[in-house]
Amino acid sequence: MITRRIALAGLVALAATPALAQTAQITGAGASFPNPVYQRWGEGAKAANIQLNYQSVGSGAGVNQIRNRTVDFGATDAPLTQQQLTEGNLLQFPTVMGAVVPIVNIPGVAADQLRLTGEVLADIYAGKITKWNDPRIVELNSGVTLPNLAIAPVYRADASGTSFVFTSYLAAVSESWKSSVGAGTSVKWATGAGARGNEGVAGTVRNTRGGIGYVENAYATQNRLATVQLRNKAGQYVKPTMETFAAAASNANWNVPGMAASIIDQQGANSWPIVSPTFILLPTNPTDAAKTRAVMRFFDWAYTNGAATARELEYIPLPETVQNAVRSAWGQIRVDGQPAWPAR
Amino acid sequence: MSATTSPMPNSSVPGRAKDRATSEALGRRRARADAIVRVLCTAATILGLLFLASILLTLIIRGAGGISLSVFTNVTRPPGSHGGLLNPIIGSIIQVFLATIVGTPIGMLVGTYLAEYAGESRFGQVVRFVSDVLLSAPSILIGLFVYQILVLPFGGFSGWAGIVALAIIVIPVVVRTTEDMLRLLPNTLREAVIGLGAPKWKMIVLVCWRAAVSGIITGVLLAVARVAGETAPLLFTSLGNLNWSLNLSQPMSSLPITIYSYAGSPYEDWITLAWTGALIITLGVLGLNIAARSVLRARR
Amino acid sequence: MAQVAVPETLEAAPARPTTRKGSGTGDTIFAFLCRAAAALVLVLLGAIIVELFLGGLPAFKAFGAAFVTSTEWDPVQEIYGAGVPIYGTILTAILALLLAVPVAFGIAFFLTEMAPDWMRGPVGTAIELLAAVPSIIFGMWGFFVIVPVMAGTIQPAIIDTIGELPLIGSLFQGPPFGTGLFTAALILAIMVLPFIAATMRDVFLQVPGVYKESAYGLGSTRWEVMRKVVLPYTRISVVGGIMLGLGRALGETMAVTFVIGNANRITPSLFGPGNTIASIVALEFGESGAGSLKLSSLLALGFLLFVISFAVLALSRWLLRSRLKG
Repeated sequence: MITRRIALAGLVALAATPALAQTAQITGAGASFPNPVYQRWGEGAKAANIQLNYQSVGSGAGVNQIRNRTVDFGATDAPLTQQQLTEGNLLQFPTVMGAVVPIVNIPGVAADQLRLTGEVLADIYAGKITKWNDPRIVELNSGVTLPNLAIAPVYRADASGTSFVFTSYLAAVSESWKSSVGAGTSVKWATGAGARGNEGVAGTVRNTRGGIGYVENAYATQNRLATVQLRNKAGQYVKPTMETFAAAASNANWNVPGMAASIIDQQGANSWPIVSPTFILLPTNPTDAAKTRAVMRFFDWAYTNGAATARELEYIPLPETVQNAVRSAWGQIRVDGQPAWPAR
Repeated sequence: MSATTSPMPNSSVPGRAKDRATSEALGRRRARADAIVRVLCTAATILGLLFLASILLTLIIRGAGGISLSVFTNVTRPPGSHGGLLNPIIGSIIQVFLATIVGTPIGMLVGTYLAEYAGESRFGQVVRFVSDVLLSAPSILIGLFVYQILVLPFGGFSGWAGIVALAIIVIPVVVRTTEDMLRLLPNTLREAVIGLGAPKWKMIVLVCWRAAVSGIITGVLLAVARVAGETAPLLFTSLGNLNWSLNLSQPMSSLPITIYSYAGSPYEDWITLAWTGALIITLGVLGLNIAARSVLRARR
Repeated sequence: MAQVAVPETLEAAPARPTTRKGSGTGDTIFAFLCRAAAALVLVLLGAIIVELFLGGLPAFKAFGAAFVTSTEWDPVQEIYGAGVPIYGTILTAILALLLAVPVAFGIAFFLTEMAPDWMRGPVGTAIELLAAVPSIIFGMWGFFVIVPVMAGTIQPAIIDTIGELPLIGSLFQGPPFGTGLFTAALILAIMVLPFIAATMRDVFLQVPGVYKESAYGLGSTRWEVMRKVVLPYTRISVVGGIMLGLGRALGETMAVTFVIGNANRITPSLFGPGNTIASIVALEFGESGAGSLKLSSLLALGFLLFVISFAVLALSRWLLRSRLKG
C-alpha cells in the first residue's frame, strides 16, 4: 500500500505541469457494453492525471444518474432522441463501436458452420421456428446435418444494451418482429428463457442442447463459443471477425441528431450486420465545469491514445473524422460564456 | 389437538395391556415409526451438510487458484493488468462494520421494547408486525429508498448511503432474535431481580441482555452474514469505486458489487477474480461466525 | 389485530413483572429509548411504503386495478402488469417452504434428540454457516452447479417420465434449460433451510428437560416425544422460524436473478422460466429511465410485494391464533 502510494506520488510528480498539477477525479455510470474498454482507458488516463471511476450499472441507470447530475457523465447504449437530450440539457457523443454475435449449441455443428438470416433468427426468437431441422434452416445450410432437436432460445434476463442492439437488428430485418416485439433493452420475449449477463447466456446455451443465444463479441472470442454466419444486407454470409465489424462501421452516417448513427444491418459485401456504437452523455449546463472539462479531457485522451486498446478488446474505434466532430461538439457546452472545449 | 399430552396414543387404558398381542403390535409400530423418522432426519442433516460442502468446494475449485498476494495488495484494475480486490475488501469491511454498529443498538432496543415493555399493546403488535415485514422487504427496494432519501437530495453516491441501506437490513434481523431470546428467558429471573429492588432498565441491561447474549450475538451474526453479501442495496447507494478511497462521502467499493459485475464480464481474469472474491467473502463471513462462536463458548 | 403474540401456554412470558417502585430517571430514559427505536422502525417502513406507493402511482393510474392481474409486460409498448411476477413470487416462496420445512425439521430433530453430544456443536454450526453464505454466492453456485445438473439429468428425466402423465404432467414439461421457477424455488429452499433449522433447534432446546424426561420415562420413543411434547410446546416459535424463512424467500433478490430465467409469461410447467417481483425489479431497474412508466411499474411492484408480505404475515398470525385456540 505504501509503495503504491509512493508510486502514485511519483507518477503525479512526473506528469505534473503547472496547469494540471492536480489529478482530476471523474465518476461515470451506465452502459455495461463498453465497460471493459472504459476501464482500460481509465487505467491509461491516469498518466494524464485523470482518475476515472466508471460503474456499469446499466444504460437506463446511467441516463438517470446524469439527468440527476449524481455523476459527471452518463453512458448509454441506446441513444437518446434529440428531444430527450434537449429536455435533459445533455450532449450526446459516441465513443466506440462493438458487435453482438449469436452463439449456438447444436450437436454435430461446428463453430461458424451454421448459416442464418436475420428473418430466420427473428422467427426463432419469436417461437415460429422451433426445430433445428426446420426446412427454413435446412434450406440455408446444404451440407450440414441438422438434428431433429428443439431450439431453446436464450436471452438476457437483465435489461441490457446487448439486448437493445440485438433486438434492434431483429426489428431492422424482420417486419413481423418490429410490429410484434420491437427493439429495447428488455422486450416481451415470446419464447425461451433468460439468463443474467453474458456469462449467464453463454452458460445456459452451453448447458442446453439445441440452445441459441447472443453475446458481445469479446465474450464469444475469449470463451471460444460456437458462433454462426449471418447473411448481411448485401446477401453475403459473413463470419464475426474484426474485419467484418470494421467493414460495417466504415459505412456509418454520423451526421444525425445526437450523433446517433445506426450501424445495424449496414450495406457492404463484407459487413457484419449487428454492430452498434455506444454513447456518452454530458451536461450542457455543467454545475461543476472542472469535472465536465476533465471528462472531455479523458475522452480526448482516449480518442488519441486508446484505439489500440479498443481493438485489443475487440471494439472498433471511431474514425478520426468522427472524433473531431465530437471535439467540436464539445465546444457547444459553454461555461461562463466561454466554450468548455478546447480547455485552456 | 390438545396440548395435554399422552405419551402413548390410543393406549391410555390399563385394560388393553392385558391383550399382549395388541400391545406388542402397537410397540412394533411405534418403534418402526420412530426408526423411519430417525433415518429421514439423519438423511436431512446429511443433505444440509452436503449443500454447504458443495458450495465451499465450488468456491475453492474455481476461486482458490486465483488467490495470491496481489489480490489483497492491488486495487481493481482493467482486464489483463493483474488487478486485485484491495479496495472492494476494505470497502466491504468498512460498510458492513459501520452498518452493524448503527443497526444493532436500534434493533436491540426495538426487540427489548417488544419483549419487555410492549406487552399486548396495539403499538407493540404493530411494531412487531412491521419489523417482520421489513425483514422480508427485498433489499433492492431498500436500496432504492435510500437512493431517494440520501443519494438524490445530497447529490451523489456515497459510502454513507450504502451504510444506511445495510443498517436498515440489519435492524429487523436483530429485532426478531432479541425479542425471541428475551421471551425465552424464564420470568422467575426477572422477578428475582425486581425483587432485589433493581430498576427495570438495570434488570434488562445487566441481567436479561446478559442472559440472552448468545442468542443476540447469533442474531447479529446472522445480520452481518446477510448484509456482507448484499449486492442489491449497494447498487444504487454506494455504487462502487474502482480506485482506492476511504472517503465515506464518495462512492465506495464493495466486494459483492465487484463480484456481481466481474462474474458477468467476458474476461477470464475478471471471472477468476469474481470467484476468488466469492471465496474470500464466504470464508470471511464463515470465519467471523466460527470465531464469534468460539469466543462465546470460551466465556461459558 | 388479534392478541396472538403473547403466548397463553406454559411457554415463555405471560405478563411481565413491572416495577412499581424506583422507576426513576434511568427507567424513563431507557423506556423512552426503546419506544423511540420502535417508533423509528415504524416510520422507516412507513416511509419506504409511501415512497414506493408514490413512485408507483403513475403505473396504478395508467393501468388501474388491472395492473395487479394483468400478465402483460411489454417494455417496448409500455404496457405493464404485475400478474406474472406476483404468481412467480408466491409460487417459488411456497414451493421453497414445502421443500425446506421438512428438511429443516429433520435437521433440528437430529440435532436436539438424536445426535451424540460431540456431534451437535460442529453439525449445528455447519448448518448455521449455510445461513451465513451470501445470497450472491448462492446465485453463482446455483447457476454453475445446480443448473447444469438440472438441465443435464434431473429435468430431462422428470420430463420424460412424470411429464408424460396426464394432468400433473403439464407441470413438468418444456425444454430443460435448467433454470426456471422450480430451480429458483430449490435455491430459495436451500437458502431458507438453515434459518428455519437453526430457529427450530434453538426453540426445541428451550423445552425444559423435565417434560421430555417424564415422557421418556413413560416409555415414549424419540419421535413421540417430539410430536407430543416438544412440538406442542414450541409451535409458536417454530412458526416464527418458518416466517423468518418465508420472509427471506419472498424478498430474496440476487440468488433468484441468476436462475429464474426472467420470462414475463405464465407457463404451466414448473420448469418453465418465470419471474419474481424482486428479481424483475433487480433485472430491469438499471434500464428504467427516471420518470418512465417502467420505473413506476417497478416501484408499484415493490409496493405490491409489501402488500403480499403484509398479507402472508397477517394470515400466518391468524392461523397461529386459531391453532392456539383450537
